[in-house]
Amino acid sequence: MHPAPSVIVFTTFSGLGFGLLFWLGLGWPGVTGLSAFAFFTIAYLLAVGGLLASTFHLGHPERAWRAFSQWRTSWLSREGCAAVAALLVMAAYGAGLVFAGQRILWLGWLGAALSIATVFTTAMIYSQLRTVPRWRHWSTPALFLTLSLGGGALLAGQTRFALPLLVLAGLLQAWAWHDGDSRLRRSGTTLATATGLGQIGAVRSFAPPHTGTNYLLREMVHVVGRRHARRLRVIALVLGFALPVVLLLLPFAHWLAALAVLSHLAGVLALRWLFFAEAEHVVGLYYGAHQGQA
Amino acid sequence: MTALPPPSAVRLGLVIDLDTCVGCQACVISCKGWNTENYGAPLSDQDPYGAAPAGTFLNRVHSYEVQPPAAPAQIVHFPKSCLHCADAPCVTVCPTGASYKRAEDGIVLVNEDACIGCGLCAWACPYGAREMDAAAQVMKKCTLCVDRIYNAHLPEEDRVPACVRTCPSGARHFGDLGDPDSAVSRLVEARGGFDLMPEQATRPTNKYLPPRLRDHVEAPSVLAPYLTPVADTPKGFLGWLDRALGALPGGAE
Amino acid sequence: MEWHDKRPDGMTQQPRIDLSPRISDEMRQTTCYMCACRCGINVHLKNGKVAYIEGNRDHPVNKGVLCAKGAAGIMQVNAPSRLRAPLRRTGPRGSGQFEEITWDEALAQATAWLAPLRAAAPEKLAFFTGRDQSQSFTSLWAQAFGTPNYAAHGGFCSVNMAAAGIYTMGGSFWEFGQPDWELTRLFILFGVAEDHDSNPIKIGIGQLKARGARMIGVNPIRTGYNAVADDWYGITPGTDGLLILSLIHLLLKAGRIDLDYLARYTNAPVLVNEDPASPQNGLLLRDEDGHVQVIDRRTGALARWDGAGVEPDLAGTYRHAGVTHRPVFHQIVERYLSDTYAPENVAGLTGIPAPRIRQLAAEIARTAFDEAITLDRPWTDFRGVEHATMTGRPVSFHAMRGISAHANGFQTCRALHLLQILIGAVETPGGMRFKPPYPKPATAHPKPHCKVTPGQPLGGPHLGYVQGPEDLCLDEAGNPARIDKAFSWENPMSAHGLMHMVISNAHAGDPYRIDTLFMYMANMSWNSSMNTSGTMQMLTDQDDNGDYVIPHIIYSDAYSSEMVAYADLILPDTTYLERHDCISLLDRPICEAGAVADAIRWPVVAPDRDVRAFQSVLCDLGHRLALPGFVNTDGTAKYADYADYITNHIRRPGIGPLAGWRMGEGGLQHGRGTANAGQIDNYIAHGSFWIEHVPEDAAYYKPWSQAYQDWAVRMGFYDTPQPYIFQLYAEPMRRFQLAAEGEGTRQPPDHLRGQIIATMDPLPVWYAPLSDGHTDPVSYPLHALTQRPMAMYHSWGSQNAWLRQIHGHNPLYLPTSVWETQGFAEGDWALVTSPHGSITVPVAHMAALNANTVWTWNAIGKRKGAWALDPAAPEATKGFLLNHLIHELLPARGDDLRWANSDPITGQAAWFDLRVRVEKCPAQFTSQPDHPAIGAPVAQGPATLAWTVGK
Ligand SMILES: Nc1nc2c(c(=O)[nH]1)N[C@H]1C(S)=C(S)[C@@H](COP(=O)(O)OP(=O)(O)OC[C@H]3O[C@@H](n4cnc5c(=O)[nH]c(N)nc54)[C@H](O)[C@@H]3O)O[C@H]1N2
Ligand SMILES: Nc1nc2c(c(=O)[nH]1)N[C@H]1C(S)=C(S)[C@@H](COP(=O)(O)OP(=O)(O)OC[C@H]3O[C@@H](n4cnc5c(=O)[nH]c(N)nc54)[C@H](O)[C@@H]3O)O[C@H]1N2
Ligand code: SF4
Ligand code: SF4
Ligand code: SF4
Ligand code: SF4
Ligand code: SF4
Ligand SMILES: [Mo]
Repeated sequence: MHPAPSVIVFTTFSGLGFGLLFWLGLGWPGVTGLSAFAFFTIAYLLAVGGLLASTFHLGHPERAWRAFSQWRTSWLSREGCAAVAALLVMAAYGAGLVFAGQRILWLGWLGAALSIATVFTTAMIYSQLRTVPRWRHWSTPALFLTLSLGGGALLAGQTRFALPLLVLAGLLQAWAWHDGDSRLRRSGTTLATATGLGQIGAVRSFAPPHTGTNYLLREMVHVVGRRHARRLRVIALVLGFALPVVLLLLPFAHWLAALAVLSHLAGVLALRWLFFAEAEHVVGLYYGAHQGQA
Repeated sequence: MTALPPPSAVRLGLVIDLDTCVGCQACVISCKGWNTENYGAPLSDQDPYGAAPAGTFLNRVHSYEVQPPAAPAQIVHFPKSCLHCADAPCVTVCPTGASYKRAEDGIVLVNEDACIGCGLCAWACPYGAREMDAAAQVMKKCTLCVDRIYNAHLPEEDRVPACVRTCPSGARHFGDLGDPDSAVSRLVEARGGFDLMPEQATRPTNKYLPPRLRDHVEAPSVLAPYLTPVADTPKGFLGWLDRALGALPGGAE
Repeated sequence: MEWHDKRPDGMTQQPRIDLSPRISDEMRQTTCYMCACRCGINVHLKNGKVAYIEGNRDHPVNKGVLCAKGAAGIMQVNAPSRLRAPLRRTGPRGSGQFEEITWDEALAQATAWLAPLRAAAPEKLAFFTGRDQSQSFTSLWAQAFGTPNYAAHGGFCSVNMAAAGIYTMGGSFWEFGQPDWELTRLFILFGVAEDHDSNPIKIGIGQLKARGARMIGVNPIRTGYNAVADDWYGITPGTDGLLILSLIHLLLKAGRIDLDYLARYTNAPVLVNEDPASPQNGLLLRDEDGHVQVIDRRTGALARWDGAGVEPDLAGTYRHAGVTHRPVFHQIVERYLSDTYAPENVAGLTGIPAPRIRQLAAEIARTAFDEAITLDRPWTDFRGVEHATMTGRPVSFHAMRGISAHANGFQTCRALHLLQILIGAVETPGGMRFKPPYPKPATAHPKPHCKVTPGQPLGGPHLGYVQGPEDLCLDEAGNPARIDKAFSWENPMSAHGLMHMVISNAHAGDPYRIDTLFMYMANMSWNSSMNTSGTMQMLTDQDDNGDYVIPHIIYSDAYSSEMVAYADLILPDTTYLERHDCISLLDRPICEAGAVADAIRWPVVAPDRDVRAFQSVLCDLGHRLALPGFVNTDGTAKYADYADYITNHIRRPGIGPLAGWRMGEGGLQHGRGTANAGQIDNYIAHGSFWIEHVPEDAAYYKPWSQAYQDWAVRMGFYDTPQPYIFQLYAEPMRRFQLAAEGEGTRQPPDHLRGQIIATMDPLPVWYAPLSDGHTDPVSYPLHALTQRPMAMYHSWGSQNAWLRQIHGHNPLYLPTSVWETQGFAEGDWALVTSPHGSITVPVAHMAALNANTVWTWNAIGKRKGAWALDPAAPEATKGFLLNHLIHELLPARGDDLRWANSDPITGQAAWFDLRVRVEKCPAQFTSQPDHPAIGAPVAQGPATLAWTVGK
């Protein structure tokens, strides 16, 4: 898939933001007043900023309001609804903390649940797609969730949660890459099933329908060099998980924590880039892509 | 709404004959022409006279090379447009309800006025049947020429999709695949019509007819009798000729 | 769209949409000219603009369907490359620098150049008209001018096919004939990628498939039609003649031939003069009146071939003065039963294993004779013999440039016709059928005229069918009279001229220099010339005085093509939807086997530029030059424009350009009649075409059927019945051989004697393509071919925003052997070298390909700056022409002679005799040769197209 910056930024930042909101909803850290204001500002900047970034991906952002209507069937619609609900609930909750110094427990828990549900719906947008075998797997929501929770905990300064979550996320990610590499092959979709010509013999794309490019090729047939991908994976693992964990294990210092956050952020951006760039859409088969894997 | 309607009795679609398609691209251009002028936004072209021309097409014809184990390689021309799937994933993913499957005939359409151009439906389609128009920024797809097949301004015989009407070799068939007695259903039955990517569980309405057996070599015993020499030398041949001519009507004998 | 419909389940809603939008304000029917196939189209207009084009269901050619090009016509009439006004060159030739001038200035300029030529030396005008569909008109103009130098593009296109067909059986494929699509059981296609008969072939193949009939493709390349063939014979280029003669060998040997048919309808029973001492040796025996002789089986005696009730004997011989004269059939038997043609002996050269050749022959035999068709339709032949039924051999063939565009193409086409005729599958049910006004034997066609008289018209048509040396176009000294050397000893039977030699010969001053080259619709500085770079050079070369070697070039194009930049004066044409045209029975009409038909084009939209239809411009020029036939006695213009000519021109009494709706005594009638002022309106009211069906009892056996002959006379094809027999033995060819053997007064130059004797055999022969004698097959082991893409027409297509997305560039396809031996991978480039030059191009792999063949799509490559495209367009950077590797002359071999790369019989350009070698090279950004951008008189097109005419 085409690794569109808007979508990478969206999933990364909103994931972090809703992760932070989740911990704030649970009352970890139990901040009020100005420091609550600071935490909530960061969380909202990340979550709302991410959501706004996602609208850059839209052809008609002015009609984005329509996207709330199909929550009964569409994960994207559900995500919109969940995000707005989470943001509204957490706003009320946060207002209580900041302006009244009051923590409305049930509201926080509700907000936390909605926040993490939002992350889940985001993950399901990808995970539901049978057309991208690499995504269509329980590990996709699992990863989105652990990353969001881990990153959120990191931002929230909840080292005791952040450490195990980041380790878990890193392991999960490493495994997901390994396992994901063969999912297209295991999916059973090949150029032979795509064309139905497999009965006759080995099928190969001879000529594309048009000599130029098109929307499908730009959007869905993105091929990353294997060496390039491997290098990026290592970088993502180091920055996203290894380095933050090491930094967290060091004696606490604000700059170290800040560095851990930045490193994690950079790592997640890298792995999100890979999340899209490495995802093989089966339509690529029609254009002769992924033949080695299929 | 993006919920799929209950399965309709009428299921309109195309049957494409891979045995007959010569890859002429007529269907591609007639589709472009009709749909630029009709349903929804025109199918635009970017950089049409430039270095990287790219436009929106609802129907494209691929070519594949197939190498059988013990026969010469073959080329198969392969037209592809929306298959109007029974379990259309492109519909259920749509957040706005712009994508929908018509309850009465199963045609899958995009209501362009409601489309936000998120692209998710194109991601959900395994066949590459949806293309975002770069000028209108809305999702375009084959409409099965819904504005032709019921069009009262058209003579009855022309109420078929533009691509079907134009296909010079008759490789495209349109009809009701919900009706087992329709011409298209019988064609599918007779020729072993198949689904593309059945494992994607989209249950396409459109069907493809496989190429017939090619380069089949008959046993020498079947063919040899046709070439048994009548005589081995020109002289002997002329002797045969005399006899053969005698046997013709009005012959000398 | 509103959201209000309740769905039947009541659960959700779906938008209401307009299921019956209006298609257009108005529909106008005319004839497509996105290619030469001439389909009928419905042009839908909104607000006076073209909104949508679809096929006309009632039209005999396309029956409603339309190809990709036809449907893309809207992009052509709106193309930014359209020329806008007459142009005068301001920069040097080839610079593309022009100024716009008025039509008066343009026509005055042309007249100023042409009038003195006509008065002093009309041959100094060479008027050649590319893909002209108005040849009966343009040739009339050239005749009136008095130059012998006129032809259209046939010489570089497919004259071998046309001439071999006419000389053998009075018609060929495409506009002359077609398979009996309804009845044929086995269809064998030789060397066709697309053909002029574009939609009809596709419709036909669809019909065959629907009926479960079999189709076989003989072609080095397996794409398109060959991809849907049930069987594929991946033959080595240039060897079809051998394969066909081997099939003939097998069929003869097995006696699987139609003896009755051969005896009655061909010259197989005609006696050949076998007296080696006779000056007539090898010619057919004739009686005093010149009628060829057969032995009548009823009497055993000599008889006229067409005598009433005569039953010609295939076996009968005639002994006279100690010499036995045998019929043609004996020579056929003797020659083709020879082991030379045994499958085992041709397998190596053709690349087809012997068992496959046998399989093909057996399939032909089985279908022709086991599956014979009998129609209960009585008919009477020209000898007065009544037949109760019509017997069909349901095997049909079709062929085009794959066998004709070789230097042995004429004989290969003849071989194919011989095969068709031997099994009795021409003009019989299920076989091949002629399209009226064909069949028409060579003897019924005119002979070429070349006698120049300053200030006077030519004595008759330029082109025609020679019967022997006496008909050649030579001057007193025996040198070629025409600039293209047509009808000279180099290529005696060049029925369509040799357009591809004009620039080369004019530049070399061989046979003489010319003053003005006047061209129409031919992209000679690009894809229509062999040796493209050389041609550009010749067009820009200057003599010692700094004058161009070809002093004046006038050109009419509708678009900013590569050729425009090389002309001095441009006469901008309209597009096909903006003008009148006439697809005439005098020309290349739209007939089908079962019907005679012709058609028109008319301006369904008005031009929005200062352009004029070329034919109308010729009417005007004809008036300015006072050409006979173009001025009235009072000196006024005879024709206001082409529409006026179409309506009022009378070719022979009762015959005009259009056969429909002529005026008779009792009102409107078809075929013959006087001019009808409302004729064009009648056509428009009838979808722009006229059709009349052949009567049922005349539908087959046309050359021999009394009913058909009478109908043809009624329709005005000819003035008296003209039955004839097929010429398996082509006597005119023997006449040239005799001359080369020293017989007669008109003698060929010595260096051509051997070639004439070897190639002009009156019975089909196969000889290796001539270039093989000039090229070392070891250094150049691969054959290089081009194919027409179905969605592109020559160079015109690339200006079309829709079509160019399908074919924006063209890889060179390499067979698996080459691909693997040299370790090619996707994205690689190769250096391709022929004896004439090198090109560097992108390559791709293809397994479904003859192992010794490489190929690419024709005419996708474009010159930078042409066609209103960005100079960085893929057509100009990655696209390429194979033409750079081809030469109009064969490689020199030290005899100081210019040997044309053409068929030695007809002059057909031998495009497909090209041999190359391929070497992997580093990837490039631009294919080579990379000619610098040319200037253009038009601006580049817009950055985006998104328009709906009706909104
Ligand atoms: N390598 C290779 N080269 C080949 C061939 C091949 O097989 N291989 N084939 C050869 C053959 S068979 C042919 S016929 C030639 C074809 O070659 P051409 O006959 O030259 O075909 P084009 O270049 O497409 O068209 C000629 C010109 O006609 C102009 N034109 C189009 N429409 C109009 C119109 O309405 N009015 C006027 N006045 N001009 C118009 C176009 O702009 C173009 O400049 O190519 C030959 N060249
Ligand atoms: N779409 C489209 N249609 C066209 C045209 C166009 O440009 N585009 N051009 C028109 C014109 S001007 C012409 S002349 C016709 C030509 O129509 P075609 O005769 O179909 O011409 P080509 O495309 O040159 O195809 C030649 C075919 O012959 C094969 N071939 C080459 N050498 C040999 C051989 O030795 N033996 C055999 N058996 N096959 C061989 C090639 O592989 C190729 O398939 O098409 C006309 N129709
Ligand atoms: S082919 Fe694609 S766009 Fe069409 S219905 Fe099926 S999934 Fe949807
Ligand atoms: S692009 Fe339009 S039709 Fe497709 S899912 Fe998004 S809103 Fe729905
Ligand atoms: S049915 Fe209509 S919209 Fe669909 S591919 Fe055919 S022409 Fe295009
Ligand atoms: S129009 Fe018909 S033959 Fe041509 S590409 Fe389309 S389906 Fe194939
Ligand atoms: S074959 Fe196509 S381009 Fe040629 S005349 Fe017919 S519709 Fe037009
Ligand atoms: Mo041609």
